[in-house]
Amino acid sequence: MSERSSRQYRGYRMVEADLVKELAVAFLVVLGLVLLLALLFSSPDEPTLTAQQVALTHPAELEATAIHILDGKNAIANYGPPYNHGTGSVQSLGPISPQAWAGVTVPLDAKSVFVLTPLRRVSALDPALGQALAAFQAASPAQQASWENAYQSALDHARVVGGRLLVPASASGPLPVMMQAYLDLARGGTLEASINLNGHVYQTDFTRALLLLQGAPLTRTAAGQELLGPEWGQMKEPGNYPGAVWLWFYTLLYQIPPFLTSPAPDLLAGATVSVVTLIFLLIPWIPGLRDIPRKVPLYRLIWRDHYARHKRK
Amino acid sequence: MNWTTRLRRWLVREIPMEDLLPDRLPEYVHSYVYFFGVLTLASFLTLVLSGIVLVIFGPTWWHISALGHFVNSVHFWAVQTFFFFMVLHLWAQFFMAAWRGGRAVNWVSGVVLFLVSILTAFTGFLSQQNFDSQWVALQGKDAFNALGVGGFFNILNFGQIYGLHIVLLPLLLAALIGFHLYLVRSKGVVTPIDDPLAPNEGAHHDE
Repeated sequence: MSERSSRQYRGYRMVEADLVKELAVAFLVVLGLVLLLALLFSSPDEPTLTAQQVALTHPAELEATAIHILDGKNAIANYGPPYNHGTGSVQSLGPISPQAWAGVTVPLDAKSVFVLTPLRRVSALDPALGQALAAFQAASPAQQASWENAYQSALDHARVVGGRLLVPASASGPLPVMMQAYLDLARGGTLEASINLNGHVYQTDFTRALLLLQGAPLTRTAAGQELLGPEWGQMKEPGNYPGAVWLWFYTLLYQIPPFLTSPAPDLLAGATVSVVTLIFLLIPWIPGLRDIPRKVPLYRLIWRDHYARHKRK
Repeated sequence: MNWTTRLRRWLVREIPMEDLLPDRLPEYVHSYVYFFGVLTLASFLTLVLSGIVLVIFGPTWWHISALGHFVNSVHFWAVQTFFFFMVLHLWAQFFMAAWRGGRAVNWVSGVVLFLVSILTAFTGFLSQQNFDSQWVALQGKDAFNALGVGGFFNILNFGQIYGLHIVLLPLLLAALIGFHLYLVRSKGVVTPIDDPLAPNEGAHHDE
């Protein structure tokens, strides 16, 4: 024992300890436990939701996604920083808006990235699509908006017959040709790859492809697995597996006012969690909080042998 | 002054071997709660070992191989035991007021470890390349964007998140665990509250 330890532990009876053996035994116990749990319960691995799946099972939903990207009503098209200069998803508390302050750092022209560029890439194989794209892009914004509204209205009455999406005829200019090509591109399974193309062979960033389905298609799928926010989804795994239960406090905030009704729930929750974390970190210096252990005498149980052995005179 | 000599002398003075790996401890260190810390460390070792196997074969292996899926299951359940024992350890240290006697920095290092562990687990969920990752990333992006860090810490960027999960964050955790253990050993194990052997002891006066 070093001199320092001798000073620290002066007056206490010292007993033999073997920390290395303790760690080795603990490791074997934990390893045995997780091997058993892995054998008995495996782990979740639900495949990703793809545009191909959506195109095959909910074609109108994919077309509506594309139309709302074109007309700017889609959540990403009008999101705001860090993707664009929209305002739809910008959160602020009074004058405080870190999101607006950070600015556009992952620029994303939704119309071009998600719809027009993927269509342009395949237009060489389909002259009718090439002509439709040219007509759409030559039209005035007002004309484009009129076509988009007409097509969206028609889409509300669309039916799937024999695996094909039948959209009633409407005054929507080149959009029926564009949307059919878009659906075919997704059905063929290449839509995400086309959205994600960056001009290089190597890719590790899937930001763009992931953002395509972030609205209705993904929410619908997650709802089927009870993973939505009001269902404590932030701390859940698909299936009956334990998830990130350590996020219980953060998840709890989203279930109660004012977070539940705030127009800036994430900013409010982030600020609250930051303050609570800071308090937690500083407990040793906060009178009242640091005295709780003395008032909740669990320590009497933990050190019961010691207290029994050395009854205070 | 020779820098090497200074560093060696500091190390010998600050971290004597008999303190780093003691074979004698005070008799009050006698309760099951002292196992929670070592069980957390054992879970971390299991996570690192199963993580190394997953890294060697790459992020898509475990989706297409039965053995890979089993290794992933080990990694998945080790995360659960890691947090389970860490939270028990944390509450035990809280109710022992383990920050007494100049040990407040160690409490802080433990809380920081807890936070970095949460971040590491989060990047792990994001690195799975399955529906869970897709859902977590698209739900979580709004929180990071609202806080103004979504452009820098882009949870939809697999390359960035995977690199953080398999290299930087485990290294940071290992370094913090090392610091945490060093503080435990250098300050010694905290004495019992209202210790009959230390008549002047008091939680109010010895932070």
